[in-house]
Amino acid sequence: MQVHKYDTVIVGAGGAGMRAAIESTKRSRTAVLTKLYPTRSHTGAAQGGMAAALANVEEDNWEWHTFDTVKGGDYLVDQDAAEILAKEAIDAVLDLEKMGLPFNRTPEGRIDQRRFGGHTRDHGKAAVRRSCYAADRTGHMILQTLYQNCVKEGVEFFNEFYVLDLLMADVDGVKRTAGVVAYELATGEIHVFQAKAVIFASGGNGKFFKVTSNAHTLTGDGQAAAFRRGLPLEDMEFFQFHPTGIWRMGILLTEGARGEGGILRNKDGERFMEKYAPVMKDLASRDVVSRAIYTEIREGRGCGLDGDHVYLDLTHLPPEQLDAKLPDITEFARTYLGIEPYTDPIPIQPTAHYAMGGIPTNVQGEVLMDNDTVVPGLYAAGEVACVSVHGANRLGTNSLLDINVFGRRAGIAAAEYAATADYVELPENPESQVVEQLERIRNGNGSERVSDIRSELQQSMDTNSMVYRTEATLKQAVADIAALKERYKHISVMDKGKRFNTDLLEAVELGNLLDLAEVTAVSGLARKESRGGHFREDYPTRDDVNFMQHTMAYREVDADGNTSIRLDYKPVVVTRYQPMERKY
Amino acid sequence: MSTPTIEDAPQAGNPHSAGLDAAESGKVELITITVRIRRFNPEEHPDAVWVDYQLTVDPKIRVLDAINTIKWEQDGTLTYRRSCAHGVCGSDAMRINGKNRLACKTLIKDVSPEKPITIEPIKGLTVLKDLVVDMDPFFQAYRDVMPFLITTGNEPTRERIQSEEDVQRFEDTTKCILCAACTTSCPVFWNDGQYFGPAAIVNAHRFIFDSRDEGAEQRLEILNDRDGVWRCRTTFNCTDACPRGIEVTKAIQEVKRALVTRRF
Ligand SMILES: Cc1cc2nc3c(=O)[nH]c(=O)nc-3n(C[C@H](O)[C@H](O)[C@H](O)COP(=O)(O)OP(=O)(O)OC[C@H]3O[C@@H](n4cnc5c(N)ncnc54)[C@H](O)[C@@H]3O)c2cc1C
Ligand code: SF4
Ligand code: FES
Repeated sequence: MQVHKYDTVIVGAGGAGMRAAIESTKRSRTAVLTKLYPTRSHTGAAQGGMAAALANVEEDNWEWHTFDTVKGGDYLVDQDAAEILAKEAIDAVLDLEKMGLPFNRTPEGRIDQRRFGGHTRDHGKAAVRRSCYAADRTGHMILQTLYQNCVKEGVEFFNEFYVLDLLMADVDGVKRTAGVVAYELATGEIHVFQAKAVIFASGGNGKFFKVTSNAHTLTGDGQAAAFRRGLPLEDMEFFQFHPTGIWRMGILLTEGARGEGGILRNKDGERFMEKYAPVMKDLASRDVVSRAIYTEIREGRGCGLDGDHVYLDLTHLPPEQLDAKLPDITEFARTYLGIEPYTDPIPIQPTAHYAMGGIPTNVQGEVLMDNDTVVPGLYAAGEVACVSVHGANRLGTNSLLDINVFGRRAGIAAAEYAATADYVELPENPESQVVEQLERIRNGNGSERVSDIRSELQQSMDTNSMVYRTEATLKQAVADIAALKERYKHISVMDKGKRFNTDLLEAVELGNLLDLAEVTAVSGLARKESRGGHFREDYPTRDDVNFMQHTMAYREVDADGNTSIRLDYKPVVVTRYQPMERKY
Repeated sequence: MSTPTIEDAPQAGNPHSAGLDAAESGKVELITITVRIRRFNPEEHPDAVWVDYQLTVDPKIRVLDAINTIKWEQDGTLTYRRSCAHGVCGSDAMRINGKNRLACKTLIKDVSPEKPITIEPIKGLTVLKDLVVDMDPFFQAYRDVMPFLITTGNEPTRERIQSEEDVQRFEDTTKCILCAACTTSCPVFWNDGQYFGPAAIVNAHRFIFDSRDEGAEQRLEILNDRDGVWRCRTTFNCTDACPRGIEVTKAIQEVKRALVTRRF
């Protein structure tokens, strides 16, 4: 075992982690631990754009952006945080441009902007051009640009280090951050990083669904580590299903395709969104469009032999426009479906996309241990966190924004905290929990296979916890997960070695997915209303009297070591906007 | 490319081609394939060996899916890198039937599945285990070309102005995902690992031709080195290998020309 000492440790090198690192490296001795090489992070998969009311191409302002964010989130958004997001968006985009990001440009040479779902002029009057973009590889360009600037700033990376545990210690009755425990993939060695400040920026947890736009590596390791150490997870029942994933594969086709004029059609060729969202049509917010697609499918208007998908039609757009603005996604259709988007509509279905919930933080990125107490020295930013700027449903282009605004804030706050705070003494045998977990898996000789349990989990979540949910389906999910967790105790792995043991780590990751799926289903079961991404057919309307509050899920351990989930609720911060009915 | 035949469209109102019909037909004709993988684990044995795996699959799946199936169902010790599974993260460049490709962007049906499909690690970097190679020298070459915007003077308050035409000059090389398929397909790099390699030059190109950048002279000096651009023998292997369709050789030629003319 090796022990390292840094002022600030950042877990994750996606957009949020690297944006934080650029700030904290200037101010404190910083290490970035990442299970992937930084440029492999899933921020690089983001396509459509990053929102900011630059008003480069038409009238716009941050207040409209704030309103859209709050409405898009179905009034579960903390409005103070949304206001910061929208205000700081402008500098966040300009900062990236100054760092070198090659945005698409207007004829005047300024950053170009395009339409995106749910972003409107003057509180819903019409679609507005707010998304700043680089073709359909905006996330790729953000990830590359941030990495380039990390190279420039000399950020210290520990690549292919898996953080598996968070260390906290009681100091005079206060729980404080002491560091993290990491596993080095190349050698199998355990490393303890003592740190004054730790920032979790480890991304989402979409891999508990089968049809998903998420990478194999999005297994919620950060959320699971925090949860196991007794910290709450906020709003985990809110998961976004993006309307346009490639049929059966889930690979994303950006909403920017509809921003450029793409149209959703059912088997009769009908532009069905006109029925569901007369003003915004295909650019209504994602939860609305995903439900509309499933309604079409359920009512027999789906396409194909099984009627289980609809079309994204780009055939009326000029090929030059597709080549210039949507080159990657049109290539995905060619590569993976063998069809030509110039002339053929693309078969699509909703795909599990984005975790609105996560580790609760305040607007400085400080992690909360209950409704209002912060954990000194602990921060979170990006998809792993819940500020909450996305509420019950994130607007497209607001996450690339989130990782930049709150990544930066967390980086500054953590480094400033580290400048004045002392190290907290490491607990005795800090590595013990991780070593015990790894040895249990490595030495397990049960007959259960990791891949079987994982695919059954994904199947159950797709069937029971997707776009439409009911009491019965969610109960089924909870029961399935409980049974799978039992089976998980009897897994064995084939690779017993030290070197690049990805077999072992897939097993660890599955454990995280099981815990987080359970929180998602249990939180969803208790939320007897429909709001944003959480749609209960048995409670089809929003219930502001009982449920305009954030879910806070805690892990409880009883005297016999049995665990359960306890749910609590936290008020939503309302500043300017009173809840209204949501129409697009 | 298939032509739309609206006349025989089974579903009125949507254009419908044979290509789309094929994509949508739920019918799957499974085939049995042999995947022959170069295995190496120095913890167990000092030499690499070929191991054959048989599996029955839908030919439309990705090579990565087939490798996953082997790992998940037959041999958990099989080791490789992967993340996004759709060609954007650069994790899974490997030699498939002797050619560098991303396993997640290559379908089984396109790699002559009637014969054994061979899979080896990319060449020229030290193999650490199975398909995992040491990427550090690759990233070091990248860092050596100063892959970041270099500017002097005061920052503007708003964005810098740049025309679409100016963006076009380096747009192609911004697509790079650092997968190393190009560098590890280059015979010059195989013979001499000191050569910067195409990927580093591509990333230097991305800044040299960016109208906002002022570090071109410095980067060109670095690439004028004996391990720099002049080592390139224009074999076009890199361009063929690039999964992002970047015209790698052309970018290298543009850098060479800039070195001669000092115009960029
Ligand atoms: C296909 C796709 C398209 C999208 N398009 C858009 C868009 O157009 N606009 C928009 O606003 N949003 C978009 N999003 C959402 C947005 O891209 C993501 O929410 C955002 O990029 C997440 O960034 P992140 O930094 O939080 O996490 P990630 O980029 O996922 O990075 C996570 C990091 O954590 C590290 N990590 C994870 N676990 C561990 C561990 N145990 N130990 C150490 N390190 C760890 C990983 O190595 C990685 O570096 C899209 C998402 C997807 C999937
Ligand atoms: S230029 Fe192409 S092949 Fe080379 S590293 Fe970049 S993406 Fe990969
Ligand atoms: S897994 Fe990301 S490029 Fe293949």
